Amino acid sequence: MTMATAATTDPMLPQPYSVRQVVKETADTFTLTLEPSNGAGGNRFQPGQFSMLWVFGVGELPISISGDPAERDRLVYTVRSVGQATHALVSREVGEAVGVRGPFGTGWPVEKTEGRDVLVVAGGIGLAPLRPVIYEVLHNREKYGRLVVLYGARSPRDLLYRKELAAWARQRETQVLVTVDYGGLSWRGHVGVVTTLFKYARLQPARSLAFACGPEIMMRFVARDLETHGFAQENIYLSMERNMKCGVGFCGHCQYGPHFICKDGPIFAYDRMRPLLEKYEL
Amino acid sequence: MENLEHIIAEHPFFAGLESHYTNLLTGCASNVRFDAGTYIFKEGEEANEFYLIRTGKVAVEIFAPQRKPIMLETLGEGEVLGWSWLLPPYQWRFHAHTVETVRAIALDGKCLRTKCEQDHDLGYEILKRFAHIMEQRLEATRFQLLDVYRVGR
Amino acid sequence: MTERVNQYVLESRDFQQLLDALIKRGYQVLGPAVRDGAIVYDVVESLSDLPIGWTDEQETGRYRLRRRNDEALFGYVVGPQSWKKYLHPAEVRLLTAERSGRTFRILNNEPAPPRRAFLGVRACELAAIAVQDRVLEGDRYRDPIYAARREGIFIVAVNCTQAAPTCFCTSMGTGPRVRGAYDLALTELVGPGKHEFVIEAGSDAGAEVLAELAPSAASEALCREAEAAVERAASQIQRRLDTTGIRDLLYTNFDHLRWDNVAQRCLACANCTMVCPTCFCTTVEDVSDVTGTHAERWRKWDSCFSQNFSYIHGGSVRSSAKSRYRQWMTHKLASWIDQFGNSGCVGCGRCITWCPVGIDITEEVRAIRESPASSKESSHGKP
Repeated sequence: MTMATAATTDPMLPQPYSVRQVVKETADTFTLTLEPSNGAGGNRFQPGQFSMLWVFGVGELPISISGDPAERDRLVYTVRSVGQATHALVSREVGEAVGVRGPFGTGWPVEKTEGRDVLVVAGGIGLAPLRPVIYEVLHNREKYGRLVVLYGARSPRDLLYRKELAAWARQRETQVLVTVDYGGLSWRGHVGVVTTLFKYARLQPARSLAFACGPEIMMRFVARDLETHGFAQENIYLSMERNMKCGVGFCGHCQYGPHFICKDGPIFAYDRMRPLLEKYEL
Repeated sequence: MENLEHIIAEHPFFAGLESHYTNLLTGCASNVRFDAGTYIFKEGEEANEFYLIRTGKVAVEIFAPQRKPIMLETLGEGEVLGWSWLLPPYQWRFHAHTVETVRAIALDGKCLRTKCEQDHDLGYEILKRFAHIMEQRLEATRFQLLDVYRVGR
Repeated sequence: MTERVNQYVLESRDFQQLLDALIKRGYQVLGPAVRDGAIVYDVVESLSDLPIGWTDEQETGRYRLRRRNDEALFGYVVGPQSWKKYLHPAEVRLLTAERSGRTFRILNNEPAPPRRAFLGVRACELAAIAVQDRVLEGDRYRDPIYAARREGIFIVAVNCTQAAPTCFCTSMGTGPRVRGAYDLALTELVGPGKHEFVIEAGSDAGAEVLAELAPSAASEALCREAEAAVERAASQIQRRLDTTGIRDLLYTNFDHLRWDNVAQRCLACANCTMVCPTCFCTTVEDVSDVTGTHAERWRKWDSCFSQNFSYIHGGSVRSSAKSRYRQWMTHKLASWIDQFGNSGCVGCGRCITWCPVGIDITEEVRAIRESPASSKESSHGKP
């Protein structure tokens, strides 16, 4: 009993979750569904928040939650295997345990988009932290205006959630456009960087909020172009990434100028990020 | 002709252009249609026109020996295809390969070049609009070159 | 003879009684001790454990112990260690876990830290503890490890009566007189034929210990002498760090050429962050046994001077030494204000003393302040 108490009050102690499902999205990217080992439910999170995922004896990583906020009995993460710890994480078998801390950080300000249009701009694995926003909007369709999803990936085989993208595109008041930097002969979709999709997006910038996530340099291009398309800086939100060891502001690693990405972010309005994004080695 | 002029005036590329210019341009314009899987132009051919895409999708391609054609970008509704007509040696640098059936307005480059020479105000308008397109495509090309989604740097 | 309320006199021969009173109350007393040519903090049980008659000589990149010609107990300034050694240790186990089947259990078997008394806490150090309290206990999340170690610490503060050339607490508004949360405060007065302490309580716990010592009230004259001794320390401080508008000064000089200049000297050795009493950054390391059934996670001090500190897949955000020195100093003096409402620097001077190449934070600030120019302007031929 004391253990459980300690674990709930100590933000540094992970809770054991077991892997319910592992889905291979692309050659190196996997979606893991976790459920609490003790059967407890109530995993509330805000779209855009992240958890620290710990692989026993290997290491811990900050990973954005990519699941449906309405599904409280599980936590879903999409992980790209790029190093030892991520490789260990995606190699978990069904039934094995993963340590979970969190959710931590700020979410996308979805509540501000009520009655307005929502523009989601994702690059690569950046679609993962944005998927909960898409679920939220589609589950509560009457609360929001148009939903436009612009998604860019390196090549057709790097696209995440392909079936879902097609299903979302069929929803009312929803536009989904996908582009790749490198097309193949069998690819019949758009070729070009994600910003080339802006001109096809049917929404009113003056009554829209834009949420962008992807590599930092991609977000810089996106935010700059959104401004030229009439978005105010304060209506553009970015999800930032830095090294993190704790997720709760103790370790100091994720500092970005005056901000701690872990507790002040990872979601920030572009007007606050703009002066920092241009600073090399900040 | 009136219909054609209307289409030109409504196309984003010529948005806000004075009506007497739209009228002038219409004299150099024609309606065209390309089936999916065909080439609108090929590298090395004489570049004598450009296209205001109304519907459909076209891929700008290049190929090298032993490689499959490389799709550099796709262009669709509301966009402009081609600017090699504007500058010597007036030759296409890439292939334009339709991915979907394309309906477009073709503008005769020779005709337009003559009109621009005669009326520099028109020439400046056209050049400004192309400069904007070039700037956007250069920016997109730089972004694409960064290969941002690759693991590592 | 007039006396002051709350100020008492403790003869040096009675100092052991203070230690005994603390030990009797169950405190493990930690205080200054000479080890390996430096004054460090360690367990103190008797008067003889203290650095009697020792002082330290400090300069940029230099630290030496020297004998005093008296028997002063606190006749030194500050050593390489600070109280974060105990409150936010260099290595601490976050958890032990055991695999059981396909899941694991967290074993919460960490013994509670002993009740501790800190003896000889300087004004700058008291300020540094407050800074770390704010970071680790006073923000959105509370670090339970720090909190458990911090709770119930009995603080015996010592007013400085001498300063090192590296000190600049007067610039940072932290010393040399102790202010804030202490239980007892001492001012050591040592001279020909006398050795005594003016002592006062700053808390109920302190008053209780003081009552047990049954000291006599300090005379007005003695109190004045103690005040003068502290003022003398203040007047000895030559180093200045002008904090006027420092946050904006550093923010707007992100591209100042001085960062390139300091990068030529900085070894990125991280000494400054290790000796700094407020630097709090840590990393976490995983260890497991050969069978893979037992795992531990250890939190260890880390430094923004290390290349890996800012690593995200593909590379480090701050790969140059220039960017890492700039991060450290800008965080300490500027962004700390945005983050926690106060400066991260207490003016103890340790980073100056312990820098192997003698980089002086006050000098770096002065250089930027004296030519506050962006590199763009400078490269346009500003003299």
